This record gives sequence, C-alpha cells and structure tokens, in this order.
Amino acid sequence: MTVYLPFSSSREDVIPVATTGEPAWVRWLLIAVALGFLGLVLFVPLAAVFYEALKKGIDTYFAALVETDALAAIKLTLLSAAIAVPLNLVFGVAAAWAIAKFEFRGKQWLITLIDLPFSVSPVISGLIYVLLFGAHGWFGPWLQAHDVKILFAVPGIVLATIFVTFPFVARELIPLMQAQGTEEEEAARVLGASGWRIFWHVTLPNIKWGLLYGVILCNARAMGEFGAVSVVSGHIRGQTNTLPLHVEILYNEYNFVAAFATASLLALLALLTLALKGLVEWMSQQRQQADISLEPSPP
Amino acid sequence: MTTAPKRHSVLPGFNLTLGYALLYLSLIVLIPLSAAFIKAASLGWDAFWAVISSPRVLASYRLSFGAALLAAGINAFFGLIVAWVLVRYTFPGKRLIDALVDLPFALPTAVAGIALTAVYAGNGWLGRYLEPLGVKVAFTPLGVLVALTFIGMPFVVRTVQPVLEDLEREVEEAAASLGADRWQTFRRVILPIIAPALLTGFSLAFARAVGEYGSVIFIAGNVPMVSEITPLLIITKLEQYDYVGATAIAVTMLIASFILLLLINVLQGWSRHRRGN
Repeated sequence: MTVYLPFSSSREDVIPVATTGEPAWVRWLLIAVALGFLGLVLFVPLAAVFYEALKKGIDTYFAALVETDALAAIKLTLLSAAIAVPLNLVFGVAAAWAIAKFEFRGKQWLITLIDLPFSVSPVISGLIYVLLFGAHGWFGPWLQAHDVKILFAVPGIVLATIFVTFPFVARELIPLMQAQGTEEEEAARVLGASGWRIFWHVTLPNIKWGLLYGVILCNARAMGEFGAVSVVSGHIRGQTNTLPLHVEILYNEYNFVAAFATASLLALLALLTLALKGLVEWMSQQRQQADISLEPSPP
Repeated sequence: MTTAPKRHSVLPGFNLTLGYALLYLSLIVLIPLSAAFIKAASLGWDAFWAVISSPRVLASYRLSFGAALLAAGINAFFGLIVAWVLVRYTFPGKRLIDALVDLPFALPTAVAGIALTAVYAGNGWLGRYLEPLGVKVAFTPLGVLVALTFIGMPFVVRTVQPVLEDLEREVEEAAASLGADRWQTFRRVILPIIAPALLTGFSLAFARAVGEYGSVIFIAGNVPMVSEITPLLIITKLEQYDYVGATAIAVTMLIASFILLLLINVLQGWSRHRRGN
C-alpha cells in the first residue's frame, strides 16, 4: 500500500508527488484559474444580490419584504411548493418501487420519459398548459362554461410547477433502490409482512436520505421556477405572483432595491438548500460507514 | 444471490405502483406535451415551415444554439480545471467552494438574471472595468453567453469529478515510470478516461442552455434579430395571441431537445461502460 501525502505538501521530494503530481507553479496556476472563473460567474453575482438589496439600509430592505404584494407572493410560492412537492414525492416513490423491484418490458423507456421534463424549455412547459386550458385550448370552452379557472390562476401555477419539478424525487430514488435490490423486502415478505409494512419498516429506512435529497432539490426548483410559471400566471399582483415573478415586476419598474431584497430571500433559500444538501450527503456517508463497520467480514 | 429476472416476484404492489406512475406521467407530462404536437400538426407543413424558417426565428436559433454551444465549451474547459483542482489539490475554503459549485442548480434563474445584469452592466462591479476596454456585456449577445455559462457551470464539474476521484493513481505512476511527462500522461492517459464524462457534461450544459429563459432575458436586452433568444420569441408570439406560431417554434425546439436527450443517454451509457472496465 502506498501512502499518498496531501498534494498541498511543500515537500517536493516525496516520490508520489514527484511522479503523479504537478509542479507547485502549475498547481497554483490551476487553482487561481478555477477560483477566478468561479468568482466571475458565481461569487461576485451572489455577493451583488445582497449588496444591492442592502444598499439603502436595513429598514428599506425589510420594508420591501413586508409589503402586501410581497407577502402575497411569499404565500403563493409556499402554497404551490406545498402541493407540487408531495405529489411528486408520491409519484417518485411509486415509480421507483415499480422500476427497482420488478422486471418488465419498456422499463428503460419509462426511465427516459420520467426525465423528459428536464429537457423541455421552461417556456414550453408553460405553453403546453396554455394549449390545454387557455381560452382557445382543448378544455378552454368547457372550463369557461363551468366557470373553472386554471390558466392565469393558482391551479395553472401549481400544474406548471409540478411539471418542471416532476423528475427530481424519482431520479434520486430509482438508481438507489435498484442498487439496494429486493432481498431485504423478500425476506420480510417471507416472514409474513404486508406490502405497507415492508415499505414502512424495510424500504423507507433504507432510502430516507435519498428521498430527503430529492425533496430538497425538488422544493428549491418549485419555489424558484420562473419561465414556466411566468407563462401561465398572468402576472396579477397580489394574486398570481410568485416570488420570482415579483422580482421581475419590481425590477422592470426600476424598483431595484425591492427587487434585490426579494431576490435575496430566494438566494438565502438557495444557500439553505445547498447547506441541507451537504448535510444529507454527510449523514448518508456516515450511515454507509456505520453499515460497513457492522458487517462481519468485508467482501 | 439471484440475478434472474423476477417475473414472478413475491413482492406486492407492482400493478398499483406502475399503474399510478403511468397515469401520473400521462396526465402531467405526456398528454400536455402531445397537445403541442397536435396543435402544430393542425398548421399544415407549408405554414409550419414558413413560421419556423422566418428570418427573425432563424436569428433566434443562431443565438440560442450558438451561445449555448459556446457556453458549454467554456464550461467544459473551466469545469474540467475546477473539477481537477477540487479532486487533486487542497487549499483553504475548498469544501465551501465545492458546495457552492451547485449554486446555479439551486438559485432561481430570475435572481441569477438580475444579479448578472447588476454586475456586468456599464456601471456594475465588473462592467465598469470592461466598458472602457470596449467590451459591452450586458444588453448584447455577450450577456446571453455569460448567463448561459452561469447556468451550465455545475454540469461539467459534477460529471467529471466522480470519474477523477475513481481514477487509479497506479495508471499515472505506470505512465510516469515509462518516461511520460505530466502533460503527456494527462493527454494520453487521463484525458481518454474522462472524455466520455466530459462530453456528457458538455451536452447536459448545452441542452440546459438552449432552453434557458429566466437568467437570459434580464441581461440580453432582447433586441429582435440581435439578442433575442428562441424561448423569448415563443413568449412574444403568445402575448400576441399567435398560439399556432408559438407552438410551431416550441415543437421545433422540443424535437431538437429530444434528439439531444437521446444523444446524452448514449453518451452516459458509454461513460458507464468505460468506468465499468
């Protein structure tokens, strides 16, 4: 076994560094290029959000956030995520159960179709619901006759949100459950456990971190979606405006401080998402290591 | 251990879960998407062609696909360096920077759009230094490129990173012991191993950038024929109640995306195959 020293080591005479490492000047150049690139496209814009939001002081900042239209936008954003995320969660679990625990024809096609919404432009994700529920759409005349509003109302926003966040939970769970196989569930079945019992007591503890990971990403996209929601919302202030749409309206009115204040709320949500994501990754790694140490003999 | 196909599995719930998954998939994704194709078909071939090949639409394809391709190329180059630095070297703040690479996935596109505009506008933090040099970024096609680079950034890093982590040092040591210098080892040994992952990340970044809307419209300036992306053109047609025109352009984009999706699936299969060996 060769022991590799960390590559920041200043001791250039250590053999592994000399044969498979780069000279110090190359290392620092590459680090500088990487950080410079990330700084230009990532860190500077992120800092700019908070700087612009707080430019006129903390009072103006909070005033922008507690204004009635902003509060309505926060409420609608939370509501649509609260509907879209659980629905996609149930779908993700059902699809992953069928795909990972059973063999059937066309499975690969199903997996590809589940990923489809990720390769559709957000604008088109909104457009398709306009074609279905708009005044000249398939169901438009019927909806109008029965006085049901979907487009330019909350149901349309929820539908578009569901579409763009559709694959998140399923694509996390499918590979995870496929890798875990069916042996534990089969053992529980042989011992007489019902389907629900197997799921709650055997499958769910095994997939909980993957599930949480999918939900966190799904939620971030649900709250932050702009393009799809923008097409179906109708931009009615205080009624059909989500937070990202509120940012756009304020920005286009040259109300920059309020726009960036609202944007900073969404940026904080993104940072929180990344922190939670890191935490979940760390927890599941801990679990894996615990599992390995519990095994009597390594394979 | 059994690897035989479980056609007669003892586990329950197959009909229920597959049935529900198919129903939900059809209601949310398949039926709405097919509505776009049926609507476009109602147009007839000649009229369809007239819409999707009009000069303004062609100019938007050139910008959307061209800028997306260029942004994916920039991301492939710098993404590889970022992945390399994160896997091979240690430096202060590395873990934090590793976590922040995913920011474009988590940050709402509208927020990215106004932030990039604030930074790269003529009076912005970076724009004020670029403008005297004659480089105008915001409200030009260059702004579109910056936005698309931002949203495609994590794809290459995140596809290349795990492959670099799995790379066995013995291979590099063998190359070194046979007299290869570091650059030769990289070009002849490492690059061929990570090439499928690099290409996958490139295509994922490209596919995402082609359809991007939120982060672009704020910084682009949206001048027809110059800095107008295809998704914006769809919105413009919708706002003029030209549903058929909007759908025709959308269907063209959908077909392009589906071809890309197939290509990415093939690439990922290749990448997995390479790593398996």
